[in-house]
Amino acid sequence: MQRALFPALFAAGVTFLLTCLVIGVRLEQVGAELTVTGADADTWGWIAFAVIGVFLFQLFQTPLSRLKQRLPTPDVTGLLPDTQLRNRLKPWLISLIVVGLFVWPFMVSRGAVDLATLTLIYVMLGLGLNIVVGFAGLLDLGYVAFYAVGAYTYALLSEYYGLSFWVCLPIAGLLAATFGCILGFPVLRLRGDYLAIVTLGFGEIIRILLNNWTNVTGGPNGIGGIDKPSLFGLEFSRRASEDSQTFHQFFGIDYDSSHKVIFLYLVAVVLVLLTVYVINRVQRMPIGRAWEALREDDIACRSLGLNPTVIKLSAFTMGASFAGFAGCFFAARQGFISPESFTFIESAIILAIVVLGGMGSQLGVIMAAIAMTILPELAREFQEYRMLMFGGVMVLMMLWRPQGLLPMKRPHLELKTS
Amino acid sequence: MTETSLYILQQLINGLTIGSTYALIAIGYTMVYGIIGMINFAHGEVYMIGTYTAFITIVGLLTMGVGSLPIILLLALITAIIISSTYGYAIERVAYRPLRGGPRLIPLITAIGMSIFLQNYIRLAQGSRDLAMPALISGGIEFGDPAVFEVSISWMQLIIWGITLISMTSLAMFISRSRLGRACRACAQDRGMTNLLGIDTNRIIALTFVIGAALAAVAGVLLGLYYGIINPYIGFMAGLKAFTAAVLGGIGSIPGAMLGGLILGVTEALTAAFFPSEYKDVVAFSLLVLILLFRPTGLLGKPEVEKV
Repeated sequence: MQRALFPALFAAGVTFLLTCLVIGVRLEQVGAELTVTGADADTWGWIAFAVIGVFLFQLFQTPLSRLKQRLPTPDVTGLLPDTQLRNRLKPWLISLIVVGLFVWPFMVSRGAVDLATLTLIYVMLGLGLNIVVGFAGLLDLGYVAFYAVGAYTYALLSEYYGLSFWVCLPIAGLLAATFGCILGFPVLRLRGDYLAIVTLGFGEIIRILLNNWTNVTGGPNGIGGIDKPSLFGLEFSRRASEDSQTFHQFFGIDYDSSHKVIFLYLVAVVLVLLTVYVINRVQRMPIGRAWEALREDDIACRSLGLNPTVIKLSAFTMGASFAGFAGCFFAARQGFISPESFTFIESAIILAIVVLGGMGSQLGVIMAAIAMTILPELAREFQEYRMLMFGGVMVLMMLWRPQGLLPMKRPHLELKTS
Repeated sequence: MTETSLYILQQLINGLTIGSTYALIAIGYTMVYGIIGMINFAHGEVYMIGTYTAFITIVGLLTMGVGSLPIILLLALITAIIISSTYGYAIERVAYRPLRGGPRLIPLITAIGMSIFLQNYIRLAQGSRDLAMPALISGGIEFGDPAVFEVSISWMQLIIWGITLISMTSLAMFISRSRLGRACRACAQDRGMTNLLGIDTNRIIALTFVIGAALAAVAGVLLGLYYGIINPYIGFMAGLKAFTAAVLGGIGSIPGAMLGGLILGVTEALTAAFFPSEYKDVVAFSLLVLILLFRPTGLLGKPEVEKV
């Protein structure tokens, strides 16, 4: 205990220094003058609480960790049904979920469907970034740039050339992939941490260009009035534009604005299912294996005759193309886009989703995307703390479970000794 | 002299001012990189915290009725250095030390998380709006033909140059002359061997973070006073610029960081002189990409050999 006293005092002192000025005093702008005000007693109470807490924790760290070791770790593996049963149930479960995804929106409110659509966009982005960060182990901090490329592709093509969503979707994906390829080709030869910074810089460059190229992109005002997708030419608006028909006219039903929302949702579901399917397949192909091999050991890969640049480039390009699809859909859903939607924070949120879910794990990323978008909606007061939590979660996850909440599982066989 | 050349001279002066503060921040990146090979993404936020503590101290002293400028400046520097260094130390201790020796991607993600966390922590504690302070130090020297173009060097710019010079020299002396500085250099060369020779490398690494944070705090005080406006988001861009400066000079090399900062500052100022000023960030990033492509070791860096 005596030996722990000095480090405990030290840690408490550090905690006090960290909090006293920054939280304990607040700068306010009053007219042209700045003033400082001390925080209220409550805040100081919290600071004192934190300082004492850190002190006590450090003081009793050894006995605490000993106590923790003695606690039995619960065995949860027995709770799951055995592997054979699980494998037999899996196709049924998947089809049930897919059917549920298609039936569900007809039973709930419009707002819920809209939120689900937003969630699906993040799922798609998370899955796309997962290829780059999770599979290939390349930290891409400018992922949002490809998202922006996709969104602006659709917005500009629809505004200037009147192209429809369905024509623009593949173009957006292709263009984002091209951008990924152009950026990736020179940069991917660099070491991992340089790559992170360069992609970050690239993301910022794209945003600044969008912001300043006013006569094409509208600058900070963005582009509005982007067409919604149509169903084989049937529009979802109240009145049809010339020489086309609306959805409700064609089917002879009353106009309902929720049709549009549900249709958008269904488009998103189809896109996400396609994404999941494609990534699942690619992951099992030689190229997918090569991504993971490269992530684990660069030098070993090279000695086995794999070309690291080409492999990395394929991961980068593929990740970018999914961001392009997501961006195109995002533009169609919002009907309005501006550079505001494509800041670094957005990249960070997507990265947080991938990290939280477990790098490389598709199910984990999907779950994390759902949690990250729905939780802030459920608790409004939580909204303000959202980014703080995201940052904290990224740090804690890396410290506590770098493999994520639902880590990726490799198919493997075990010899059982009975 | 003609108007253009005087204008360029003015931009050079402004560029050197900004550049020297970039250099101060860049040293934090380069030292940490040199010693543990990671990019301390949260470094820009430490700089931002430095500006906030400096503003709090200055406004606090002014309301208490302290009027003497040197005392205010000195106390602001000291408080900012203490608080920022504590942050630098705490970040290393809490977020990076437990992860040392693992795969490279993981500390990088932690660092980004830490950066987002600190940015929002300050936003919640101090509000997200711009805070503006009237200039403490005004006036300066002006020369050139008033009819053509008047070049001005403000006192603030001179102070920035002076303090930067003092900080850089003392750092250089510390690294090259003192026992701790020698331990730092040894640690950067071979951490395992240094440990075997009885030097506590954990403490040296912590010291590196503290020194980097202290220099970032100095830059924070200076730039905060120079611009007069702060918000919780200034750390992001400043950190990115300083990182660019560190890479430009050759990451891991301290003189390189100094040189890189100055070059970047001047380049930016000259770009702002001839193009719309929004593009100066684009130029900085493009410069970064170009250096990484054609000379990844930077101007003064040593090539890094990847070992199995």
